[in-house]
Amino acid sequence: MDHLLTIITFAPLVGMVLILLCPRDQHNLIRWLAAAATVPQIVIAIYLYAHFDTATTAVQFAERYPWVPAYHINYFIGVDGISISMVLLTALICFISVFASFGIEKGVKGYFALLLLLDTGMMGVFVALDFFLFYIFWEVMLLPMYFLIGIWGGPRREYAAIKFFLYTLLGSVLILLAMLGLYYYNPTPTFDMTKLAANAASYSITFQRIAWIALFIGFAIKIPAFPFHTWLPDAHVEAPTAISVILAGILLKMGTYGILRVNFGILPAATHDMAWAFLGVVGTINIVYGALCAMAQTDYKKLIAYSSVSHMGYVMLGLAAFTAAGINGAVLQMFNHGTITAMLFILVGVIYDRAHHREIDGFGGLASHLPIYAGITGLAFFAAMGLPGMSAFISEVLVLLGSWQVHPIMTVLGASAAILTAGYMLWTYQRIYLGPVNDRYIGFSDLSARELFTLVPLAAIVLILGVYPHAILGLLNTSLTHLNQVVIASAPHTASVALAH
Amino acid sequence: MQLDNVASLSHFIPELVLSGAIVLLILLDLIIVNRRVAGALAMAASVATLLLVIAGGASNTWLFNGMVVFDSFAFFFRLLITLATIVAVWMSIGSVEVRRCEQGEYYAILLSASLGMFLMAEANNLLMAYLSLELVSLTSYILTGFLKHNRRSQEAALKYLIYGGVASGTMIYGMSWIFGIAGGLDFGAINAALSQSGTGSSLAVFIALVLILAGMGYKVASVPFHMWAPDVYTGAPIPITTFLAVGSKAAGFALLTRFFYPAISHLAADGNWQALSGVDWPQLLLVICMITMTLGNLAALQQNNMKRLLAYSSIAQAGYALMGFVVLSNDGLRAMMFYLIAYYVMDAGAFLVVMIVANATGHEDIDAYRGLAWRGGLVPAVALAIFLFSLTGIPLTVGFIGKFYLFAAAIRGQFYILALVGIINSVISLYYYVRPIRTMFLDEPEGDEGAVTAEAWNYGLMGALAAATIVLGLYWGPLIDFAGRSLKFFIGPA
Repeated sequence: MDHLLTIITFAPLVGMVLILLCPRDQHNLIRWLAAAATVPQIVIAIYLYAHFDTATTAVQFAERYPWVPAYHINYFIGVDGISISMVLLTALICFISVFASFGIEKGVKGYFALLLLLDTGMMGVFVALDFFLFYIFWEVMLLPMYFLIGIWGGPRREYAAIKFFLYTLLGSVLILLAMLGLYYYNPTPTFDMTKLAANAASYSITFQRIAWIALFIGFAIKIPAFPFHTWLPDAHVEAPTAISVILAGILLKMGTYGILRVNFGILPAATHDMAWAFLGVVGTINIVYGALCAMAQTDYKKLIAYSSVSHMGYVMLGLAAFTAAGINGAVLQMFNHGTITAMLFILVGVIYDRAHHREIDGFGGLASHLPIYAGITGLAFFAAMGLPGMSAFISEVLVLLGSWQVHPIMTVLGASAAILTAGYMLWTYQRIYLGPVNDRYIGFSDLSARELFTLVPLAAIVLILGVYPHAILGLLNTSLTHLNQVVIASAPHTASVALAH
Repeated sequence: MQLDNVASLSHFIPELVLSGAIVLLILLDLIIVNRRVAGALAMAASVATLLLVIAGGASNTWLFNGMVVFDSFAFFFRLLITLATIVAVWMSIGSVEVRRCEQGEYYAILLSASLGMFLMAEANNLLMAYLSLELVSLTSYILTGFLKHNRRSQEAALKYLIYGGVASGTMIYGMSWIFGIAGGLDFGAINAALSQSGTGSSLAVFIALVLILAGMGYKVASVPFHMWAPDVYTGAPIPITTFLAVGSKAAGFALLTRFFYPAISHLAADGNWQALSGVDWPQLLLVICMITMTLGNLAALQQNNMKRLLAYSSIAQAGYALMGFVVLSNDGLRAMMFYLIAYYVMDAGAFLVVMIVANATGHEDIDAYRGLAWRGGLVPAVALAIFLFSLTGIPLTVGFIGKFYLFAAAIRGQFYILALVGIINSVISLYYYVRPIRTMFLDEPEGDEGAVTAEAWNYGLMGALAAATIVLGLYWGPLIDFAGRSLKFFIGPA
């Protein structure tokens, strides 16, 4: 039981090695091997969930071994309230993605090997507590992602893949510089994120600001925050279904997770200064701009991609508020968006597999032939709109409540965008699933058992968290509230702000 | 300790073995017709040299009355140069284009170049520095033009010769200035003379250094002395290109470092170096370093020939390595030395794959790589991808670790602009390093490119280099320690 996090991180890598040893034409063996490699993650995730101590802010299930002692680089992993929900999300989404990939017929061996490598990279980012290790995992993800989009993607896959690669590499190298800066400016050079956070006060405010911006750009590209979002629609449209699911379900969360872990945790004073502009204003732009762009799309998948831009804006807005409700809502929104958007991309994939196109106006009346499909899509759409009773409702309301006291104008703008969201979602639903029946699609089969198997767990989680958000919030609250306090307390002019109120 | 000519010989065994092998190869060429023997002999001599270098270690002595120094720094580069020689010989044995030439001379000249590089790394006297550099240059000209029926090869040799002649002429002119100012050619004497205030004007010293830089910068292919590199790298036989890229460049860095650091600068107690007051070569080299990497990367973006692409890439890589050189600290020099090892592993690997593909298809253009992964060349395709990602500096490869230390040294020395230019260049370089990868994996083969297979020994070396790229990217602690330990210049009994 001492190495749970190591197992949860590297089990997929073991699966990858086994797959590489398989004969190339044993497609089913490879598929089930990949599925089996993600099962330990689910099992351990459930164990972690059950045994996670919600009362402490300390790092749990930690493991630490020296790696390159001369440079204070350690293999240091663990989870706390900031990362636990993301670990659960990664285990879940990766498990589902493997099943969503069973339809892949080209280069099966390579595909699943890369998928599992990607899985290890993502899980590693969320459990790593050594900055160097974090960075390694962060960049390792780029390689499988590049090939997964580039080889198995749509017609413009090469363009989308290299664009994704270049954007994220630019962000990564900025993070690298900031990381080295933090290392050398710490009184005792270290990459240990918990120690870096503990020494936060020793950094000068000028240094903090420069490092903050470098880190922010690095993470914002992943979120993706306006104006760094342009890689996302391209990547999503070209990526195969399961990769879109991972991209929107997990990768985007790494951006906001990084901001929480590094910018909030290690550079609290600069966070306090800059968050309103870089997270608040940019987040609001994301919400409104993403929704408007989504409304204008004619490609079903691109529409969902832009809705992700919009929904990630709520996360940023919540983080910018420095209130308990805001920060809790933001992380809950990360989890909820992960599950909902995963559903949406699987649903797009379902119809694309049958119709081989994604033109919204090319469909119509699908509900009468594919009732189950239309039903689950309806559920996912309502969830994405943030209807009460669905998980996203809770998180968006928490974000808006938390933000209202601090940034009323942004909150009003963000809340109003819910109307836009409802607008494009319902309009899309109407054009695809309702209306006159398009004869071309009469023979289509409804959801297969495999497709249902990927969708039902997600739908169940969306519904459960809609009525019982505490299932996730309970894990987060202690750590996040503490982190929020740290940021507020670090501000050099806290006293004067308090007086002004 | 300073030894006379006879006493020095016992410390000079690796070089003597190389010299013996050279003579033997020339004689063999007259007697034996079998071409395989020459390659085998050259290989045996290189491996023997490697073992002898390791067995000899570093002994902190001056040999031949102070012409040559045997210290940890020289040991490091002798090791690296021997490894480069082994790769070059190995590749020569497996290369189709080299197989078509007369081999006896070829290996004799190759080992002579190797001997010259040894002396460059050990030179402790401007005269020795000049002679060794010339030895490497002259042999390199011949090797570059060795493909007698290939016009590109001939043209490259001529260009190399002309540029080389100008560069070394400029350098020896600069050396004469130094001799005039310092009154000696020995590095120790130069250091002692220049550090006394009032010895010559600082402007004169600066001019002399700029002139000398022409010769040394030409060897490492830094801007503005890089012009020969693309043509020579493209025209030369691939094993020679590899040897020039990893061996000659490493020797150039060794000489550059020994001259600009222990010979004319001072080591402070905190591990930082101090340049002569009033002689601002670090600023000059800082600018050169930034321009070198930027120009190399930008020019590489447009290339369609793999050798030419890797040639421009090697200019950019020299720029990265110079990052460690210009920050004036032991941290930086250690990072530079580590990077040279990393560069050796990944660049030799990349050229090896280029050779495997050229052997099989007869082409060096990127088009020849189309769909390589899907037409039976998955193994070389994966290996090339590993080497190219390493050259970009993506983690899990030794290239990333190398760049990590370079950036760390720059940040620690507060060279922020340099670090920023470095990372922007890394991002730019991704675009052209990924191009062959995209062609190999993302494009479908069109059917007219030909299958790619290679002999087991080529695959063996490729596998070893690819494994080294990844293993050193995961566990590099001992290697960086070794680079750190090697960073000791013997400048006299303490």
